[in-house]
Amino acid sequence: MKQVLEKLSASFEIEDIVYQRDDLTFLSAKKENLINLITHLRDIEGFSHFVLLSCVDWIEDDKFQLTYFLNKPEEKYDLGIRCMIDRKEASMDSAHHLWKQIATYQREIKEMFGVDFPGSPGVDEPFILEGWDNIPPMRRDFDTKQYSADTFFPRERPKTNDPKEYMKEQMHPGEWGEYRKEKK
Amino acid sequence: MSLLNIETDRSKYPVKGEDGKLQIDLDSHKYVKLWQGPNHPGVTGNMALELTLAGDEIVESKTHVGYLHRGFEKLIERRLFVQGLPTSIRMCVAEPDSNEYVYSTCVEQLSGIDIPEMAKWIRALLLEMARLQALLRVVPGQGGTFALGLGVQWGVYMRELILDRFEELTGGRVYHMFMTPGGVRGLLPGGFKKRMEENLKEIDQFVINIDNLMYSNSVFKKRAIDVAVLDPSWIDKYGAVGPVARSAGYNRDVRKDYPYLIYDQLDFEPKVMNHSDIYNRSRIRWYDIQTSVDLIRQIMAKMPEKGDIKAETPNVLHWRIPKGETYVRSEASRGEYGLYMVTDGSDKPRRINLRGPSYTQAVALLQDLLVGANIADVAAIMVSLQTCPPEIER
Repeated sequence: MKQVLEKLSASFEIEDIVYQRDDLTFLSAKKENLINLITHLRDIEGFSHFVLLSCVDWIEDDKFQLTYFLNKPEEKYDLGIRCMIDRKEASMDSAHHLWKQIATYQREIKEMFGVDFPGSPGVDEPFILEGWDNIPPMRRDFDTKQYSADTFFPRERPKTNDPKEYMKEQMHPGEWGEYRKEKK
Repeated sequence: MSLLNIETDRSKYPVKGEDGKLQIDLDSHKYVKLWQGPNHPGVTGNMALELTLAGDEIVESKTHVGYLHRGFEKLIERRLFVQGLPTSIRMCVAEPDSNEYVYSTCVEQLSGIDIPEMAKWIRALLLEMARLQALLRVVPGQGGTFALGLGVQWGVYMRELILDRFEELTGGRVYHMFMTPGGVRGLLPGGFKKRMEENLKEIDQFVINIDNLMYSNSVFKKRAIDVAVLDPSWIDKYGAVGPVARSAGYNRDVRKDYPYLIYDQLDFEPKVMNHSDIYNRSRIRWYDIQTSVDLIRQIMAKMPEKGDIKAETPNVLHWRIPKGETYVRSEASRGEYGLYMVTDGSDKPRRINLRGPSYTQAVALLQDLLVGANIADVAAIMVSLQTCPPEIER
């Protein structure tokens, strides 16, 4: 696999290669080369199984990291390809034409992180959230606790009644009270 | 010509346009739009299918998720590594032990911890027990989708036997939290192997009974054979894994391909078939029950009696992991089940992302597989893909 990666590093400007395990390597690719790289890996190098597309928010660097996991079943090998994109202009070329399931990942990442994938089927439709009016919730600057406090609290306590007095009033409205007053 | 061989009038069904897609005009009143789910609590009803019907045939389908989103991945980003474990296992209700394994192993790999040999054997035993109890529900459940309820009752009883053993070993029936980062929580109790063997004997008989009840049943065969056939080229195209891939001729099993724990010391061969219809997709899980029973017996026979069960770990309240990332996979009853974890040097994960088999099989694949199917077969097709909606929404 090292030879393949050395060959690819010249053509696709890959860098930061980390050999995590015997069967897993991480590397970084530039945004403009990424779709060409994974297309090459699928069609030429035999990485036929697409495992996962994930997004990580590096808010302190003002970047989103997209990680594409590809698997080569014949050699039992995984590649995790990182691609850093600008957080302010969060947009990436769609890869839905390569594997069918990628459209679902892209739709979820658009909703949860706000990274756009123009042209991906259904990418603008809500995936999980309905009527969401806040920043994308998986971003690091979205505070779940604060959101809950603002949205659901303070709660109005339900009105409660003393069961004994309430039933008396229901069964003998007025009269029971009058009778008790006379007796006193 | 047989009387049953009736030529249907297809003139009212939609035809393909120039773009190759079916031309469906909902205003023509020829079609019915029907939603299955997401309100029903059962497996086939807690996600939503938006179906367009011509007669009783599905001509268009879209999959949507339901009301199961609980934001687990976000919640874990705000918790210590040890606190993330009980949250992570709830991402899949049917088989939570796979979550325990992948989460704990991610933490161990990123911390550079090797777990003791004894812990590996106990983890493998737990994973096989979890696979077995999941299969004991889903295999007869396939008959349940064709109104064959008896097998489901048998399966519930057999699953309870395994849950009893889980309770004896871990204290919990459904959620166990027995595999913690660094190892496992305890050794097998005295007499555990004997009681497990008694349960396995009952399951051996169940395997024969369910074969007679379901796979030799003419109604089941009529409903399942050659229905919802999956073309082998779709396996990689849609990211199908596990029994679904193996039924289409792809010999893929994480236990064999990427041997983890002690699976390289066990003797087994996952079943592979060459025609992926509902019948074979269910049948291959029936073989998986036998494989799982055999593996539990092998593990109990080969595992050491005693040994360390926990590696030395940092104080769990101050456990910091250096910046890094990893992906760990295991073979659940549904197929490849993986977790991607990113750490940033703090005491909490930067990001975790679950890769469940249903994320691909029950969204993109199911959507296209349903086109052309009969409305009565929808539940059966969903169960044949072993749909688990909680791992889609997480």
